[in-house]
Amino acid sequence: MDMHLSSNNGPAVESNEAELHSAVPVRERLVVVGNGMAGMKTVEELLAKAPGRFDITVFGAEPHPNYNRIMLSPVLAGEKTFDQIVLNSREWYDANGIALLTGEAVESIDRAGKMVVSQSGRVVPYDRLLIATGSMPFIIPVPGSTLPGVIGFRDLADVDAMLAAAAKGGRAVVIGGGLLGLEAANGLRVKGMEVTVVHLMPTLMERQLDPSAGMLLQRELERRGIEVLTGADTAEIVGNNREGGEWVSAVRLRDGRELPADIVVMAVGIRPNMALGKAAGVECGRGIRVDDRMRTSDPSIYAVGECVEHRGVTWGLVAPLFEMAKVLAHDLAGGEGAAYTGSVTSTKLKVTGVDVFSAGDFSGGAGTEDIVFRDAARGVYKRLVLKDGKLLGAVLYGDTKDGAWYFSLLKDGADVSAERDTMIFGQGFGSADAGDPNAAIAALPDSAEICGCNGVCKGTIVKAITEKGLTSLDEVKAHTKASASCGGCSGTVERLLAVTLGDGFTAAPKVKPMCKCTRHTHDQVRAAIVDRGLKTMAEVFQAMEWTTPDGCASCRPALNYYLLCAWPGEYRDDYQSRYINERAHANIQKDGTYSVVPRMWGGLTNAAELRAIADVVDKFAIPTVKVTGGQRIDLFGVKKEDLPAVWADLNAAGMVSGHAYAKGLRTVKTCVGSEWCRFGTQDSTGLGVKLERMTWGTWTPHKVKLAVSGCPRNCAEATIKDLGVVCIDSGYELHVGGNGGLHVRACDLLVRVGTEEEVLEYTGAFMQLYREEARYLERTAPWVERVGLDHIKAALVEDPERRRDLNARFLFSQTFSQDDPWAERAAKGVDRHEFNLLAEVG
Amino acid sequence: MDTAASETVWTQVGSIDDIPVLGSRVVRTPGGDIALFRTAADEVFALEDACPHKQGPLSQGIVHGRRVTCPLHSWVIELATGEAVAPDEGRTGHVPVRVEGRSVSLALAEAKLSRGGCRKACGHV
Ligand code: SRM
Ligand SMILES: Cc1cc2nc3c(=O)[nH]c(=O)nc-3n(C[C@H](O)[C@H](O)[C@H](O)COP(=O)(O)OP(=O)(O)OC[C@H]3O[C@@H](n4cnc5c(N)ncnc54)[C@H](O)[C@@H]3O)c2cc1C
Ligand code: SF4
Ligand code: FES
Repeated sequence: MDMHLSSNNGPAVESNEAELHSAVPVRERLVVVGNGMAGMKTVEELLAKAPGRFDITVFGAEPHPNYNRIMLSPVLAGEKTFDQIVLNSREWYDANGIALLTGEAVESIDRAGKMVVSQSGRVVPYDRLLIATGSMPFIIPVPGSTLPGVIGFRDLADVDAMLAAAAKGGRAVVIGGGLLGLEAANGLRVKGMEVTVVHLMPTLMERQLDPSAGMLLQRELERRGIEVLTGADTAEIVGNNREGGEWVSAVRLRDGRELPADIVVMAVGIRPNMALGKAAGVECGRGIRVDDRMRTSDPSIYAVGECVEHRGVTWGLVAPLFEMAKVLAHDLAGGEGAAYTGSVTSTKLKVTGVDVFSAGDFSGGAGTEDIVFRDAARGVYKRLVLKDGKLLGAVLYGDTKDGAWYFSLLKDGADVSAERDTMIFGQGFGSADAGDPNAAIAALPDSAEICGCNGVCKGTIVKAITEKGLTSLDEVKAHTKASASCGGCSGTVERLLAVTLGDGFTAAPKVKPMCKCTRHTHDQVRAAIVDRGLKTMAEVFQAMEWTTPDGCASCRPALNYYLLCAWPGEYRDDYQSRYINERAHANIQKDGTYSVVPRMWGGLTNAAELRAIADVVDKFAIPTVKVTGGQRIDLFGVKKEDLPAVWADLNAAGMVSGHAYAKGLRTVKTCVGSEWCRFGTQDSTGLGVKLERMTWGTWTPHKVKLAVSGCPRNCAEATIKDLGVVCIDSGYELHVGGNGGLHVRACDLLVRVGTEEEVLEYTGAFMQLYREEARYLERTAPWVERVGLDHIKAALVEDPERRRDLNARFLFSQTFSQDDPWAERAAKGVDRHEFNLLAEVG
Repeated sequence: MDTAASETVWTQVGSIDDIPVLGSRVVRTPGGDIALFRTAADEVFALEDACPHKQGPLSQGIVHGRRVTCPLHSWVIELATGEAVAPDEGRTGHVPVRVEGRSVSLALAEAKLSRGGCRKACGHV
């Protein structure tokens, strides 16, 4: 420190003193390092409480007076100018007798001598020192992160750099899909750049929003032309030489994708700026450690703002910093008893036209409950988290006007038991206007689109109701087509009827919904998925106004299937929405062990397979081996941890999963047929193998079993299968919709055909019709009874073109599902966590 | 079970990232398997891995909201308390969980296990 003093070439200590504090040395000297939001808030509060108590000197590293950092986003987007966001002008500092030194960072603190030394060598003594140095953008340490053109988003200089780049057009990559990153992305997009947001987590702003709100936000940003890549990990930033120097040129992701970039904005988080304090030996953790009165380990030194760690927590929003500032100002002013004890915070995204609000805590722990409200027509999602009659957290999307109300309830820890049932609709629900969904509908403009499938606006519907005297949902459907497709908007249309007709309206009788999370039926949800192109579960939840945040054990597996069926190759299977058997690829038993059933194509096996099975049984001490009713062998009592190793051994002998656990193809039973049997008319075994090769691996609404019998004696019991083939001299009889289970049902004869090719085509088409039309967990027997055999015949027998299309769609979807799940887990390590303990202790 | 006097002992068992969202992982202890669950909101809960109905392994169930549906006969269990959702009745043991950063720890000594020795002592079942 001394060395530094002597080597500086600025003015000497005395002259410095004289210059800044001309005559009145009796006052205590307060030096503030950091001319930012927290530091200056403290000074403002202090001046209000005890004007003239201190001689104040403020150092600011930035060359500007104090400005509202929050408003840098609107400045970037061109909605505000810098002048409009200045908080305290230079005149204000003068008027309050504050010496302001801008563009001058403090470089060190001499605690023993109680003075600070600045960049230019200026030395200023203090009685009390306040460190308010804020934080710095965290730059992820990948190769290339220091290239020119890689910018943080923290101060006006960063905004100027972004605006300069945007003026040239081109492409920006923003790393980080949190508040800052999205505000940067929006600003750059507004300024005409092509923008891609790269976000590591699966949904945007995951710390403030739940997945549902994150999904809505993503869709909205995409609509604005911003590309969003979630689950994307940056591996490297690449540069090249342009216009005479090195400059960033692309971002390379860990999966190999390369995104061209003219600038890269790094907005993955912030790091408290504590270097100054740390170098001076003030106690630091993740930030400069302060107590409840904002005192550091040195009694003359205080710290506030983003640079501090208080009770183990660091903060990145202004509200808590202002609370700290107040406490400190009170203390500095000579007051007593003030203490900062932590904050409850709320967040709002500052992107014009996007209303997002979040407050409090979603990880409330024990005993919390959710209240969810969705209005698909208005694009609204609200979720409240309650515990013991108190509000713990709130997420609002699309309608944030009650954010402040929720936030105050939350902060006050108010008892909301009385409002519990209606508070999701907003403050003052029930009292005439606010939050009432009917009122909200009434307030919509005539141009608001109500039915997304058929593009019907509010005005059209209201006109039809009044002019044609419509009184029911069905009539509106018939006249306007609104809610005629997926019915997702039927609730809105009913509200519109209620609003338009008043007492003249009686709601339609309730249909049986899929589950308690929704009022829509399986068929409505399915139609919506296809008609409106819903491609994720979160989109279905929103479009169909689910009343839970993430569905339940009943709707999730169904939705997972519907999405998988509608978007083969595109929709990614949601693992956690599958029943355990389908996750573990084995059947759970009553004692928690599993059974293993390898496929035996058409019921055929051989010595090598039997030997491998015998070896596996010995090696893993498998207690029970049984021949199943489905013509194959079941190994019972396998420990879950052993499954991948058991599969590996079976795979090595050429065997694959028999899917004995799947809502999919189980078995194709066959009899020996013409190859050996004296009555056999066709090669039933060979045909069975072909059918099994074609259909294995498929996902269906419920399990599917096929069989082929070589003659009408029907030894394979083909006429109680989902689809059974009975061979006859002239060809093949196809029987469908049979079941040997709880309610025995013999098949219906669908058609007689002459060739194996036709059998295969009919089978594929039948499977696909079942896949596309049956409800989840509805087997073919109840499905055929519900829709009628004529319906099936019309699609498959009377309409050859449709049959071919259905079969083609089936074969297409099969190209994505015929990977042996056992091999993927045994050899490729897929879902390894499923088969390992997290830990073993004690 | 008198823990008031003694300091809670936390046993670190892994990272929250090792538990799938809306999924579960198992920790094996001398007192039996403990199932750790992670909700969509990144909360972690720990229950004895045995359903109050017929000891089905709850770790194998489907997690939704703050509940899990048992894989054997579909009872629904509250993750926070181990209690069966009505109309079913019963309660399985639960273990206090602490998440610090990404690291997950259990207070095994304070576990209120239903099959362990403390069944009577803690009066919890
Ligand atoms: C292993 C086996 C019994 C046996 O020892 O033979 C069996 C065992 C089970 N059957 Fe079955 N069924 C078995 C053949 C049958 C048959 C006969 C057949 O396929 O020819 C039927 C009647 C035919 C039919 O399905 O139409 C049959 C009708 C059922 C039903 C009633 C289905 C229905 O629609 O009514 C169930 C319950 C269900 O699926 O919801 C069922 C469910 C079960 C489950 C999965 C029960 C469960 O959820 O844990 C059993 C566990 C299997 C395991 O751990 O491996 N099992 N089950 C047979 C395995 C066949 C295979 O190789 O994959
Ligand atoms: C683009 C943007 C948008 C934001 N939006 C919101 C929002 O919507 N809501 C919200 O609550 N918060 C928002 N924030 C966060 C908010 O701006 C900060 O929490 C707040 O500004 C922190 O105040 P501070 O005083 O701790 O730090 P700062 O405001 O950063 O002030 C610290 C100052 O200290 C200076 N300094 C650092 N070291 C030295 C040194 N050695 N010598 C002299 N000076 C030094 C820095 O140059 C800086 O000017 C946003 C931040 C950004 C960047
Ligand atoms: S008949 Fe019943 S007991 Fe036997 S395997 Fe099938 S489901 Fe289990
Ligand atoms: S063992 Fe859990 S529901 Fe039966």
